[in-house]
Amino acid sequence: MSNEKVVTVTVNGSTVKLATPAHRTLLEALRHEGFVEIKCGCEKGDCGACAVLLDGEPVDSCLTLAWHADGREVTTIKGIGQPGNADPLQKAFIETGAAQCGYCTPGMIIAARSLLKDNPDPSLADVKRGLSGNLCRCTGYTRIFEAVQLAARELRGEGEAA
Amino acid sequence: MLPPFDLSQPQSLADALQALAGKGDTRPLAGATNLVPDLRGKRETCRDFVSLDGVNELRYIKRDGDRVTLGARTTMADILDDSGIRTDAPALYAAAEIFAGRMVRTAATIGGNVCCGSPSADTVPALLTVDAEVTLSSVSGQRTVALDEFYIDYKKSVLRSDELLTSVSWNVPPQNSANLFYKLARRKGDAITVTGVAVMIAAEDGVCTRARIALGSVAPTVFRASAAEDLLAGKALDEAIIEQAARAAADQCAPIDDIRASADYRLQTAFSLTRRLLTQAWKQVS
Ligand SMILES: Cc1cc2nc3c(=O)[nH]c(=O)nc-3n(C[C@H](O)[C@H](O)[C@H](O)COP(=O)(O)OP(=O)(O)OC[C@H]3O[C@@H](n4cnc5c(N)ncnc54)[C@H](O)[C@@H]3O)c2cc1C
Ligand code: FES
Ligand code: FES
Repeated sequence: MSNEKVVTVTVNGSTVKLATPAHRTLLEALRHEGFVEIKCGCEKGDCGACAVLLDGEPVDSCLTLAWHADGREVTTIKGIGQPGNADPLQKAFIETGAAQCGYCTPGMIIAARSLLKDNPDPSLADVKRGLSGNLCRCTGYTRIFEAVQLAARELRGEGEAA
Repeated sequence: MLPPFDLSQPQSLADALQALAGKGDTRPLAGATNLVPDLRGKRETCRDFVSLDGVNELRYIKRDGDRVTLGARTTMADILDDSGIRTDAPALYAAAEIFAGRMVRTAATIGGNVCCGSPSADTVPALLTVDAEVTLSSVSGQRTVALDEFYIDYKKSVLRSDELLTSVSWNVPPQNSANLFYKLARRKGDAITVTGVAVMIAAEDGVCTRARIALGSVAPTVFRASAAEDLLAGKALDEAIIEQAARAAADQCAPIDDIRASADYRLQTAFSLTRRLLTQAWKQVS
């Protein structure tokens, strides 16, 4: 049962070969390969800590079978931006103090990015709805919502720095 | 860790049907958003799956005159991205909007939602109010079944083990109609439905020409409140008749107590939400 198979995934632009059985999730396979910026929380789709972009669309990697990622592109938080060339969302999270322990942050930013792509000018209610698949045990969410709205203004060219 | 299982990855519908043929213990796997948690939670005992992930011919939204057809692999995100579903099935659009969180919506399919057979499957009440039909296919042919006749009991349906649900289709609602869905849950996003209600009301010359009421999470299956529908058809609606219909709908419920709500709360909310949605719908069409 469950023969191993080598799947080829492009992670943040680099080709990665993963030898995995059918029952391995993308989360397990990528963390095993060293991509520990993808966080493991509930492993049942509730918390969003494991969110990555798969061909540009956000998914919970704990619900995604590694075999289903064969030939596709994965973007983790490190592919969104790095120190030195951070994404506006990452900058906004730093500026507003939206990360405490930081465990939920990669997933929050992946989900927030998809939200801002669909809706560049979200209301507070839209932001709450957009992040409903992400749980944070530290911040109480207020600063996370602020960060997303700050990044949205920045991306619309309405930021103070613009 | 998930328990070990086998997975075949056909790239066409024909190969997927072949993989299911003659093997009673092989099951389809689509977005896996039910199956992965169920495997991990040891609620799922199947160990041999046929993935529909590569079967792209099942991922489409088609229109032919008044008929709308969704391939089974169509995701909740696809439904929201489509420019037409909001008007072609407003309650379905509303259900997709409030469905899970953004990540799950990328993966969750309509076929998986219908076939999981859960009484809390949110697209089902909405689909019942547009008289949706499902097409079930196997190597030996295909049949079309009214969604209203698909479920037999809790998580039991007429789907055979060699069959795939391949599409869901319905006719766009009539001109002067309202089609609403309300999901009552512990919070507004990403929560399992406590009570779900969908209604469709069409009217002509001040008279209700079509009434559909479907309820979720208040019985072993999602169901149509047919006695309530019969009360409304052919009448000019008012507060009294709407109240009477909502009462009839609640009478048809058989809810349970669980960690999310008591049976009693479900009964009361089935009544009040049905009354509320019928009132709103009638206001929209009259
Ligand atoms: C965090 C979270 C939140 C959720 N929120 C909601 C919600 O708000 N509302 C809601 O209704 N559900 C919700 N769900 C449940 C789930 O996402 C949906 O039921 C989803 O539509 C299932 O589709 P899938 O493609 O992932 O199915 P899978 O998990 O792949 O399959 C589910 C079942 O359907 C069968 N199946 C799948 N496709 C077919 C087919 N074409 N033909 C025959 N059988 C098939 C499978 O064999 C399996 O038994 C949630 C799940 C999670 C993890
Ligand atoms: S770890 Fe994937 S959603 Fe929680
Ligand atoms: S910052 Fe700790 S979980 Fe969100």
